[in-house]
Formats: sequence, structure tokens, C-alpha cells
Amino acid sequence: MAKKTILPFGPQHPVLPEPIQLQLVMEDEIVVEAIPAIGYVHRGLEKLTETKAIAENIFVVERICGICSFMHALCYCQGIESLMNITVPDRSRFLRVIWGELHRLHSHHLWLGLLADAFGFESLFMQCWRNREMVMDIMEMTAGSRVIISTNALGGVRRDIDSDQQKFILNSLNKLQEELDNIKRVFSDDYTVNKRLVDVAVISKEDAHELGAVGPVMRASGLSFDYRTTGYAAYNELDFEPIVEQSGDCYARMMVRLRECYQSIDIIRQAFAKLPEGPIASPVKGFPSGEIATRVEQPRGEVLYYIKANGTNHLDRLRVRTPTFANIPALLKMVKGLTLADIPIAILSIDPCISCTER
Amino acid sequence: MLDNEKIIELQDLKKETLLLKNQGYRYITMSCVDLGDSFDLIYHFDKAYEIYNMRFSVAKGTIVPSLSDVYFCAMLTENELKDLFGLEFSGLVLDCGGNLLITDEVGAAPMTKQYVVKAKESE
Repeated sequence: MAKKTILPFGPQHPVLPEPIQLQLVMEDEIVVEAIPAIGYVHRGLEKLTETKAIAENIFVVERICGICSFMHALCYCQGIESLMNITVPDRSRFLRVIWGELHRLHSHHLWLGLLADAFGFESLFMQCWRNREMVMDIMEMTAGSRVIISTNALGGVRRDIDSDQQKFILNSLNKLQEELDNIKRVFSDDYTVNKRLVDVAVISKEDAHELGAVGPVMRASGLSFDYRTTGYAAYNELDFEPIVEQSGDCYARMMVRLRECYQSIDIIRQAFAKLPEGPIASPVKGFPSGEIATRVEQPRGEVLYYIKANGTNHLDRLRVRTPTFANIPALLKMVKGLTLADIPIAILSIDPCISCTER
Repeated sequence: MLDNEKIIELQDLKKETLLLKNQGYRYITMSCVDLGDSFDLIYHFDKAYEIYNMRFSVAKGTIVPSLSDVYFCAMLTENELKDLFGLEFSGLVLDCGGNLLITDEVGAAPMTKQYVVKAKESE
């Protein structure tokens, strides 16, 4: 029997954009167990929300994570609006879908680039991030900032998208789709990419369900679960199906995200085609009271907000369960049996967001 | 009170959770609310996009049975609540000893209502 060695992987590693450590129990080159160690970027944001006014909390939750800041604010606003029985205008529901899908697009492009970088394909990495810039330009034009766009508000949205901006966005998306076709060929067919991703870090459908995996990790293992299909915002008026792959390996997780880029472009086009005229926000008076557990589908998967309000301008409790937090148990399972060389790819394949995880 | 919520007793937690698991529910997470002398613990599950919540209250200092032997993924949430609320769980399959998210210098249970953030005295 080989001697066991504990090898700390992270918190600083070239493949990790944010700090997380896995203590890998190794037998020779094979991982037999992994123990997570997080806490390097815990900021106590849930506690902070108890001291801020209810409307100010939108800015707090947006800072849980830059990459999916819009979806955090959306989930929070939808929860408060439900507690206060506020109906948001139709136009704002569609605008929320458009900015939400733009966030999914830039998040997936960021991840695709990081993945290419992780297996040493530098030109592919740069192509993905160059394409991502088109989405960032759209955000800057429509919201005034590139990452934390702060367009959500209680009762609707803060900004509108006019017809000239719509034309610019649709033209940019046409170019982005052409570029996606180019990188898709490489990601799906390239020999080296296949060797690094196919049959690596497999997680079965049953394990993905039992371990509470969400988002592309779950859907890449054959589970058809996408919370957008419940129809929040304006998703009930748009035509799409969850993107599902079956093999449960790194390749499947990559393909789900790649196909979701096309899906997001299609959803944005549909949303613009159906975008109704009218106001973008409803008036909000008073303070919420009661409890709610509300969810939305972020780029990395389902996020849950539990909100307890007491009729004042401060919440009793805001609890956030982010998708990466839910995917860590699946990660611990999928790294077992891998060689050390595959660990960076496996960790990256869940698209870890540690700022989200630790809040 | 949440939609689709069942109030249970502490001693029924394992039994109720096993029933849910056998019915195909996915564990989402658990939430903890500080009520002063006690904690409200709410467990969230999902099946076919429907959320199901289980709730019970425990006096502070009560040891709660861990669900990590039923749903392994509950281990992370339980370690988180141990760090932030000072909750104790019996039978945790992977116990981070109160240091999953915070270090010892933070002090005990920073998410509880009585925890006050103090500035360090200048030297």
C-alpha cells in the first residue's frame, strides 16, 4: 500500500483566480481524498445587511460577487417585492432578463478563457476574453459601468435601454455569435482540449443530485434543472429549454456553458423582440414584513435568498446560499481518483467563485 | 412562516430528512435566525422546482444532530453555522473545528445578535 501524503493545493495557485485550498490526500500521484479550506475572503456581508437600510442592501448584495452582481440584486429585489406585493412593470421584467443574460454571457466567456488558460492554450484564452469585451462594452453603454452595473431597484430597474442602444446590442451580439462559432470549433473538436477534458472528473447523475450540485455542474451530469424555466422576471414569455449534457465530465461542463452562450444570445434577441413600452419601475412605499425564500438561476447555478423582514427599514436576517457553495461537495467527490495534473482543471470546471461562497 | 413549510421537533429531524431523501428531494441549504435565547433553524429542500422547508427552534447551547450522514453536502452548511452562530452539531462527518470561514481571532459566533464589532485599541 502506497504511503499517504497530504498536499496543500492553493490558496494561491496560477489556475485559481480566487483563494481556496484543497488539502489533497495523495497515494503516489492519485488523489484519494480532498478536504476544503476556505475563509480567505469572508467579509461578513450577511451581517452587514442587518445594519443597512433595505434599499441600501441592493448595493451590498451586488458586492457579494462582481461576476453575477446583477443576479444577486435581482434575487434580493424579487424577494422584497414579493413580500411587499409589488408588481413590477412589464418593461422592467424584460430589461432584467436582458441584463441577466448579458451577465451570463460575460461570466461564461470569462470562465471559458480561464479554462483555456488552465490547459495552456493561451491564444484561445485571449480570444475568449477579447469576445467578452463586446459584452462589457454593452454593459458600460447601458449602465455606465462594466461589472457592477447596479441597474436593479426595488420595484423595477433604474435605467432604460433606448432603440439606438438596442441596435448596437443586437449588432454586437451578431458579431459575438460569429466569434463563438470560431471558438466553439476549437473547444469541441481540438485534440489537446479533448485529451484534457474528456472523462476527467466525472460526476454521475445520482451523485450530482445527492451532493446538491447546481447549475452547469448539475446539468452536465444529465439533470435537467434550470430555475429560469419557472418563469421569474419575463422568462415565462420566452422560449428556451435547459441545456443538458450527459457525460458528467469536464468536457460536458464546458459544453453546457458554451451552448448556454448561444442560448443567452437567443434569449436577449427574443426579449428585445417582445420588449413592451411603458414605465420601468413601480413606486415603492413602506417596508416589508414576513419571510420568503426566493431563487434565481445565476451563471454558476441556483442561488437562494432567505429574507426575514420585520416591517421596519432593517432586515432581521438575510441568508444567501450561492451556487459555488453548493458545488463544493460535488468537487470533493469528483477529484477522487484523479492524478495531480488534472486537479486544476477539475477545480476550474465547477467555475468556482470564492467571493460568492464566503460572502 | 414560509410557503410550503413544516414545523417539526428536534428529535424528528433525522426521520423527516430521511423521508424527504427517499422521496427524491435535493438538499439546498439551511438558514439560521438568532431569536435571542434561541435559534430558528430552517432546512430548505427542492423537488421539481418546488421548495420545501422544515423548521424548528432550539435553545442556545443545544446540540443539533448533523444531517451530513444523510446528505453529505449538509456538512458545509453545518460547519458554516458552527463558525458564524456557534451552533454545535453531533455526528458531523467533516468537522472544521469552527475554522471553515473564520479564524480564532474573530471571536465566537459573529453572526449572533449580541456580537458587536469593536475597533482594535491603538498601540
